[in-house]
Amino acid sequence: MKRNLGPAYVAPQALWLTIFFAAPLLIIVAYSFLRKGLYGGVETSFSIQAWADIANPTLLKVTLKTLWVSLAATIIIILLALPCGYSIARSKNQALRLFLVIVPFWTNFLVRIYAWISILGNEGFVNQALRFLGLKAEGFQFLYNQGAVVFVLVYMYLPYAILPLFSTIDKFDFTLLEAARDLGSTRMQSYTKVMLPNIKGGVITAVLFTFIPIFGAYAVPLLIGGKDSYMLGNVIADQLTKTRNWPLASAISMSMTLLTAIAVFLFAFKKPKEQQAVKDIDPLSLPNGKTIGFFHRGPGQGKKKPSGKGVA
Amino acid sequence: MAAKIHGLKPYRIAALFHARRVVRKGAKAAAKLLPRKAKGSNLIFWLVILFLFAPLFVLLIYSFNRSRSGEWTGFSFVWYQRLFLESPDLWRAFQNSVVIAFTSALMATALGTLAAVGTARYSFKFKSYVSTMSFIPMILPEIVVGVSLLVFFAGVGLRLGMLTVWIAHTTFNIPFVYLLVSARLEESDPSVVEAARDLGASELQTLFRVIIPMALPGIASAFLTAVTLSLEDFVITFFVSGPGATTLPLYIYSMIRFGVSPVVNALSAVMIAGTVLLVYPLRNFLKVFAAR
Repeated sequence: MKRNLGPAYVAPQALWLTIFFAAPLLIIVAYSFLRKGLYGGVETSFSIQAWADIANPTLLKVTLKTLWVSLAATIIIILLALPCGYSIARSKNQALRLFLVIVPFWTNFLVRIYAWISILGNEGFVNQALRFLGLKAEGFQFLYNQGAVVFVLVYMYLPYAILPLFSTIDKFDFTLLEAARDLGSTRMQSYTKVMLPNIKGGVITAVLFTFIPIFGAYAVPLLIGGKDSYMLGNVIADQLTKTRNWPLASAISMSMTLLTAIAVFLFAFKKPKEQQAVKDIDPLSLPNGKTIGFFHRGPGQGKKKPSGKGVA
Repeated sequence: MAAKIHGLKPYRIAALFHARRVVRKGAKAAAKLLPRKAKGSNLIFWLVILFLFAPLFVLLIYSFNRSRSGEWTGFSFVWYQRLFLESPDLWRAFQNSVVIAFTSALMATALGTLAAVGTARYSFKFKSYVSTMSFIPMILPEIVVGVSLLVFFAGVGLRLGMLTVWIAHTTFNIPFVYLLVSARLEESDPSVVEAARDLGASELQTLFRVIIPMALPGIASAFLTAVTLSLEDFVITFFVSGPGATTLPLYIYSMIRFGVSPVVNALSAVMIAGTVLLVYPLRNFLKVFAAR
């Protein structure tokens, strides 16, 4: 019987995360119930003022706007990323195509925001081009509105969705699509009823990878949006550094954490339905869900291990 | 069924027939022989790539523009000259970024690897606490992590500076290291470790001569991921950084926010080129990287 050294191995990391991650979060919880200090910080007296402030109409409006922007951007991203992931997975030259997605993905975050400022700004590329062509001398104001924020958010987070979608679609057995077609489904049906249920995990990952960071976005609305396109992240930062209302900043952070947690639990931990869809349209499927396919692979067996050593 | 079989076009039958013969080589190879039907999605893919690259190209072109404004007045290297020769603050920020990236990645890799080995080999009471703790920071919005750390540092009276930035970066890097190394360990054969122990290797010998070498690809990719994440981070650093601890993203931010000088264009071009040079040699590992 060997000694159980597990606790010894994990102790350093557990200690680090307890001190520098769990404790700060608990402090935030505590601060949200304290009274605001005169010059920032808090006074040690209990108060639910911060939580009352959170329900004020202005803040509520910002919350709804943040939700709306995040939803809109996430939906556009997923709709664009699905065909991209599919296209990479079916390509002969996956490495090149991934390279093309990863270069913008790894390019510095602020550089990419700045690129859009220099294209869409009042003195930017597009307006210069319009002036050069003699079309519109005074130019358009593309930036500093809600639409621009959604547009740039889509740009920033698109690769976050393409990569997990690609890796799931790559494991999907494409012969199932052929089988569905041969068995009489339309092309669209073969995608929505055969492929989509099989790549559900990847779609969920992609939604979480995009929705959560967008929901907490700070830099994009600050640099691309105007005063009216402030999102929750900006309100937190302002309360923390300008208005110096730490309890309110803490309370907003806490509600953001709770909303994120709810989103994760709703999506990630919901028990996935069995591969019902495949059964629905496959007349050859057996009662136990196995399918007599060309290669005697049921949909469940269709999943292969990723090629290459799945290091990551 | 008969009607459906009529629907099989001759080329498809041929392809399937051939596919059957190569089925041992894997269904993937077979699928490649079938008619490819990714035309629509290919079009979308290339449009997306155009969308992703267009802004980068515009920056590249602007970096050679002589004038300060957006108007093109002629080709020039003047902003590169400014960037490399006359921007000491920028290079100090770059140096800070590199120092923070490597030291925090090192710390996170050490802690994360040990914890991954511990959870892979043993089961114990607080295991679920450790794995949950290592999962949450990854999914929490960055701003929450930044704000809570700022409040924490203020609470314990730690002055904001390089140390606080290092602590913050190590904290958000740990979960990624833990995840990547755990995934690698899951794939390796546990009986090798048992064999080493049975043959008399001590715990430390097993760790350094068996487990770590086996998990090395995972550890290396974890370290590189941590370096990248650290170099890239803006939001968390923005909150926990203090005087003398300006990192490159913070410096770029202040350049964008307070008076854009075309030096940003040159810097961006250099960083884009750097990314390409870094990613291109890795392109064959990208699939593995993307599959995380």
